[in-house]
Amino acid sequence: MSNLYEKTATELAGLLSSKKTSSVEITRSVLDRIDAVEPKIHSYVSVYPDLALAMAEEADRRIKAGRGNSLTGIPIAIKDNMCLQDKKTTCGSRILSNFSPPYDATVVRFIKDEGMVILGSANMDEFAMGSSTETSCWGPTKNPWDTDKIPGGSSGGSAAAVACGQATVALGSDTGGSIRLPAAFCGVTGIKPTYGAVSRFGLVAYASSLDQIGPFGRDISDIALLLNLLCRHDPMDSTSVPMSHPDFTSFLNKDVAGLTLGVPVEFFDKPGNRDVEKSLRSARDVFEKLGVKFVDMSLPSLNYGIAAYYVIAPSEASSNLARYDGVKYGHRSKDFESMIDMYCKTRAEGFGPEVKRRIMLGTYALSSGYYDAYYLKAAKIRTLITKDFKRAFESCDAIFAPVAPAPAFNIGEKMDDPIEMYLTDVFTIPVNMAGLPGISCPAGFSGTGLPIGMQLIAPHFGESKLVQLVAAFQRETDFHLKRPSI
Amino acid sequence: MEFETVIGLEIHAQLLTDSKAFCSCTTKFGNEPNSNTCPICLGMPGSLPVLNRKALEYTILMALACNCRVNEISRFARKNYYYPDLPKNYQISQYELPVAEHGWIQVDTTEGTRKIGITRIHMEEDAGKLIHDEKKPVSYVDLNRTGVPLIEIVSEPDMRTPEEASAYLRTLHSILVYLGICDGNMEEGSFRCDANVSIRPVGQTALGTKTELKNMNSFKNVQKGLQYEIERHTDVLGNGGAIIQETRLFDPSTGATVSMRSKEQAHDYRYFPDPDLLPLRVEPELVEKMRASLPELPREKKERFVMDFGIPEYDAGVLTSERSLAQYFEDTVSIFPNPKSVSNWMMTEFMRVLKGQGSSVASAPVRPKDLAGLLKMIEDGTISGKIGKTVFEEMWVSGKRPDQIVKDKGLIQVSDVSELSGIIVKILEDNPKEVSRYLEGKTQLMGFFVGQTMKATRGKANPQLVNEIITSELEKFRASSEQ
Repeated sequence: MSNLYEKTATELAGLLSSKKTSSVEITRSVLDRIDAVEPKIHSYVSVYPDLALAMAEEADRRIKAGRGNSLTGIPIAIKDNMCLQDKKTTCGSRILSNFSPPYDATVVRFIKDEGMVILGSANMDEFAMGSSTETSCWGPTKNPWDTDKIPGGSSGGSAAAVACGQATVALGSDTGGSIRLPAAFCGVTGIKPTYGAVSRFGLVAYASSLDQIGPFGRDISDIALLLNLLCRHDPMDSTSVPMSHPDFTSFLNKDVAGLTLGVPVEFFDKPGNRDVEKSLRSARDVFEKLGVKFVDMSLPSLNYGIAAYYVIAPSEASSNLARYDGVKYGHRSKDFESMIDMYCKTRAEGFGPEVKRRIMLGTYALSSGYYDAYYLKAAKIRTLITKDFKRAFESCDAIFAPVAPAPAFNIGEKMDDPIEMYLTDVFTIPVNMAGLPGISCPAGFSGTGLPIGMQLIAPHFGESKLVQLVAAFQRETDFHLKRPSI
Repeated sequence: MEFETVIGLEIHAQLLTDSKAFCSCTTKFGNEPNSNTCPICLGMPGSLPVLNRKALEYTILMALACNCRVNEISRFARKNYYYPDLPKNYQISQYELPVAEHGWIQVDTTEGTRKIGITRIHMEEDAGKLIHDEKKPVSYVDLNRTGVPLIEIVSEPDMRTPEEASAYLRTLHSILVYLGICDGNMEEGSFRCDANVSIRPVGQTALGTKTELKNMNSFKNVQKGLQYEIERHTDVLGNGGAIIQETRLFDPSTGATVSMRSKEQAHDYRYFPDPDLLPLRVEPELVEKMRASLPELPREKKERFVMDFGIPEYDAGVLTSERSLAQYFEDTVSIFPNPKSVSNWMMTEFMRVLKGQGSSVASAPVRPKDLAGLLKMIEDGTISGKIGKTVFEEMWVSGKRPDQIVKDKGLIQVSDVSELSGIIVKILEDNPKEVSRYLEGKTQLMGFFVGQTMKATRGKANPQLVNEIITSELEKFRASSEQ
């Protein structure tokens, strides 16, 4: 029997319900694994062994009493931007380095109510601004497949933890690709649900109209279980959609023959990476053998996705991050001469360079006289992107795309070139702009053994279609079963 | 050169909802600082706003009362600025698409009735309060008020005099209070007014450079501040100077305005749609529901009082100035259907005692049915009007019913002609000097005889009868003296 930390939530749930193991055993196995590899990977900002074991004991009691749910007793890592009551929630930022929220995020409440075991907070780019988890004030997370490489970002800690057994599953958030990109770079499965499917209450905002929480797992069955838990209406979030979602596990064994995947020329006409091209081509072969049809299509507005994103996201961020001023909580500068001086020094000391860059971009874009030229124009492009996708879905069930232009890059490689870093998200950003669900799953490896991901995009609230397609793909392939040797 | 004044007002009114605009914290005034707070109104990381439906309903009520068009889609926007009383460092407000636009109200002024345009009514959240230590360089933040729902009512620049502005302000105030959506307390800041004022040569259509006045926390100060500012504008322009566009603070202690910030120092609020709140859709059904629940407004009520009850316009105006007062009047009239008598009593005795006691109509110990009972006793002659006033005061103090008081104190009016005649004849016989002087033509002595009669009957004599009997008895004296 392989180690408990290597098993999926679905496998562990089976073992728990048949009493072959306990949540405490599972949790100990994962905590031991964290002890063993954390110094090399640095997936976590905080690990809570005592809390985790107490939650595991409680879960075991529940299971024994016959009150266990599908995910009761399963260990999970939470990205450091979701409020954990009375525990440090730092967003990877110095400005919140001493902040413990007085309340739980709605998703954290769901997890606690389910009886899952919270391991700790996963590392991330500061305020989720980055594609590499290098902007965290706690230092970078390493890619478990090659510790010289970045794990992708911004949910790099969550993805790396799941990849190397430091967590069975994890939560991340995705504003421009922050779940899908690290999932691809770390060889795990991750989904960004439809905007409005998962509550944002308690998710520390980066760009409110784009942020969405989603799960990481080692395979699609774990994703389906977590979607069942997460996709629920929350009256505390005005953008949470009041609707009932299907049982996503019921789509795990559905046939995909006859489904159509759209191939946007804009996602395949860039000078590409050979490994990525090869993996995508063979993924297409797998689907075709399963009876899936492919249609070429054009979504011309996708070419403006990045430009528009880097107006809208920083604009919202400049306002969302205004509250970190040293008055109420978080870091406050020690020496200051006046109120304005306190604001300036607190923020100068508390924020890292990438966050400052985006605050300045956003402040500029919203300024009187520039609003129409930047924010308003970007909002129009966003509408065009949404319309392009809508039209595309008239002739296909989902869209087939790469996740990133190339596999994981070296630590430090793009830190001095923000534009290069931003371009990493060229295939993921349009999905957030349109509020669509997008999934990233392992689809191959590069010549040097780095994971390569494939992205599928569905119409609004079409998560079940993504589960169905990826489940079929994972039945035919074993990329998702490969684990990094560390 | 002769100048014309142009005034527009911006009014902020706190809505009387139980909970705040975007969270469920209480709006109760006067609680321990920072006790009416939660992660949402404290702007904690990750917290999100959800609109208070009651606040929207109240806003729609005001919009309808001001003849506004209620927009089917409106948007919340963020107004960004840094200040410690604003925990998020942005205020949730409305900018491009307010809840309501294009309204008007009618305002009565000494010059007649004026129609003043309402540009827009929008919703926003209030900020907290800063308390500055007078001895140390320390400021304290109280966030109890943070997130309390406000509406901002912006007028067209339709007013031409401070008096007109004041009348407009009072009219809006009474509408808000009538609707029961604002307590209208200017001192506590639940009703605030900023004014934009400019002057221009008579005949010119283009507007002059305006200044914005803040900190006028009473009706009187609004009028004073505007008056000062108009004189200042007139002086500056008259001396060949130019008005600088700026925001000025009214100083109640000097009655003057002082510069607060110039146009160049004005904030760039970087408004943009709040992504945490979806576009606000107001269903036509909700508007119709609110329209149906709209109470009769002061102006309509006043007109109806004049028409239906035949009372003078001035009285109708006073009686409808407060919804509870008007209700009291109507309740009394429904039991004692003599509106003029009820109106007279309320305008005089009732208001006098009410103001003297500093109590509110709602808590007045004399209820409409008791007042009606008292007026009935006066009308049917059981007691005199004068005695009625004493009984009324006694009712107010003791809370007893009027018939009880009249009975206990033996105040029933003496209307027995033979009993009164006996008393009066005796008085005339006891005062021969006065009688003869009266008969010589000093008719003012009538009052003396009436007074003596009232004294003898401890005020209970029916005054009309007393007059008649004294006159006829005196005539008898004249006849006998001429014989």
